[in-house]
Amino acid sequence: MTTMTYAQAMDEFDPVFGIEVHVELNTRTKMFCGCANEFGAEPNTQVCPVCLGLPGAMPVTNEKAVESAIRLGLALGCSIRESSRFARKNYFYPDLAKDYQISQYDEPTCYEGALDVVLDDGTVVEIGIERAHMEEDAGKNTHVGGTGGIQGADYSLVDYNRGGVPLVEIVTKPITGMGDRTAEVARAYVATIRDIVRALGISDGRMEQGSVRADVNLSLRPKAVAGESQDDVPFGKRSETKNVNSLRAIERAVHFEAARQASLLLAGRPVVQETRHWHEDTSSTTPGRSKEEAEDYRYFPEPDLLPVQPAREWVEELRGTIPEHPAKMRARLREEWGFSDLEMRDAVAADALGLIASTVEAGTTAQSARKWWMGELSRVANDREVALGELPVTPAAVAELQGLVDSGKINDKLARQALEGVLAGEGSPTEVVASRGLEVVSDDSALEKAVDDALAAQPDVLAKIQDGKVQAAGAIVGAVMKATRGQADAARVREIILQRAGVEG
Amino acid sequence: MSSLERSDVARLAALARIEMTDADLDRLSGQLAVIVDAVAKVAEVAGEDVPATSHPIPMANIHRADEVRPSLAQDAALSGAPEAEDGRFRVPQILGEEA
Repeated sequence: MTTMTYAQAMDEFDPVFGIEVHVELNTRTKMFCGCANEFGAEPNTQVCPVCLGLPGAMPVTNEKAVESAIRLGLALGCSIRESSRFARKNYFYPDLAKDYQISQYDEPTCYEGALDVVLDDGTVVEIGIERAHMEEDAGKNTHVGGTGGIQGADYSLVDYNRGGVPLVEIVTKPITGMGDRTAEVARAYVATIRDIVRALGISDGRMEQGSVRADVNLSLRPKAVAGESQDDVPFGKRSETKNVNSLRAIERAVHFEAARQASLLLAGRPVVQETRHWHEDTSSTTPGRSKEEAEDYRYFPEPDLLPVQPAREWVEELRGTIPEHPAKMRARLREEWGFSDLEMRDAVAADALGLIASTVEAGTTAQSARKWWMGELSRVANDREVALGELPVTPAAVAELQGLVDSGKINDKLARQALEGVLAGEGSPTEVVASRGLEVVSDDSALEKAVDDALAAQPDVLAKIQDGKVQAAGAIVGAVMKATRGQADAARVREIILQRAGVEG
Repeated sequence: MSSLERSDVARLAALARIEMTDADLDRLSGQLAVIVDAVAKVAEVAGEDVPATSHPIPMANIHRADEVRPSLAQDAALSGAPEAEDGRFRVPQILGEEA
């Protein structure tokens, strides 16, 4: 059998794909009980009778999770169902304590949306959204023995801390007509979802920690022949690649699956409708459960939970909290701020746009705000291994700091010292400048004395300057800055030196 | 005519991980068919003006504030587990039946 490349596959066939994204909400508690929704606790310490599925325990819906799901639905252009309900999805797997997952089936809370996705070259693609529904996460299995994977393990250990954590699952409609841009569109779509959940503040949106996870469905169909519309060609059999958990992996999974399916089809062999596992190390997929046999979930309405019927006024109120589309906001800010492509990309990558925007709002220029957040503060965040937004400094404080520089009260070097004080919890920039005595010495008599002392210590410098070697003044400026512990206004010091030498600056 | 075949019962039993002998299947497919057919009679009575009802009591939106409540201690959580290890529930190999 000939092995095809992605490009060859796209030449021969018409790809159809769909993506399911699971977003883990950052509510304080779980979906149906009051256990903490926090990552990293000791195993089985954030569990209770409800999320362990003990007999007689009754789930109660987390209002904040409903709110987050509705806001996400609105951001995806979805309609919000006047009455939606939960359903039980029945299957056996040890990470599922109750032997069913509470999900939504025929009445999802959010349905029929559309999302604009902006590709790198600026092309806008509209992705149809089928539904966004609420459900609960499963626990975490650790496989023991064998190679550490699920295959060949001797037994497994289960931690239910994650069991019952609120999820929203977003399902696209089948996406057609993307041709060889399929992988790029798939990646951009997931990146847009990630940006939206972050902008909404409803999830950490960290793919590497599993708070945004994607399953990629892909099938190939023959290209339409002359006189036939591509829309009339039936879809091929699809594979569903589970847990593709980075943007790069999304692209690679599409590449791999398209090439694999094309190779089968060209060899006259069938594509099996099945679930496949993604392997990051080899950028490939392997078959999991076969769909027809394993997936009969026998959904039925969850009798323990009442319908969700959000008041229309509440939905409209929530609509008012939906942030601008991330790609549109970026384009607008880039224009307003006059950033270069590179500056904008770096700021986006560092998750600094909001911080810069707030700093600008607090009264400083975009470039000054960028300089602080992408320079000194990024360096500190990097040292401390925290996100920029987690640093103990507010955009308002950064704007205040820059104000002190702009007014000539402190110079850049002192500003960095003041910032150090702010980060150490010593107070506002103005307070730190006062308490640490960081003001620039602009009192001429003090500067003149410092200059004279320095000139006396290096008597040859004056003659050099008078000989026209003006750059020799640098040594004296350095000495004065040292004597004043960096608090002198260097430009003024230079002027004084040149005056003493009797030359014009 | 029975709406529930023997093969349906065998399939449901497999999905529910219930082991059944041929004798069980023969006996239960007959009994379950009677129940299913009895319930199906309701469909003959209900007109189009009667909507399918999953929640007969007219209540909705019973929510909980997003406030943390105490969880069980680890040893209490594991106290009913047939086997535990490293603070986790120990379960038999998972893919054995599918591999």
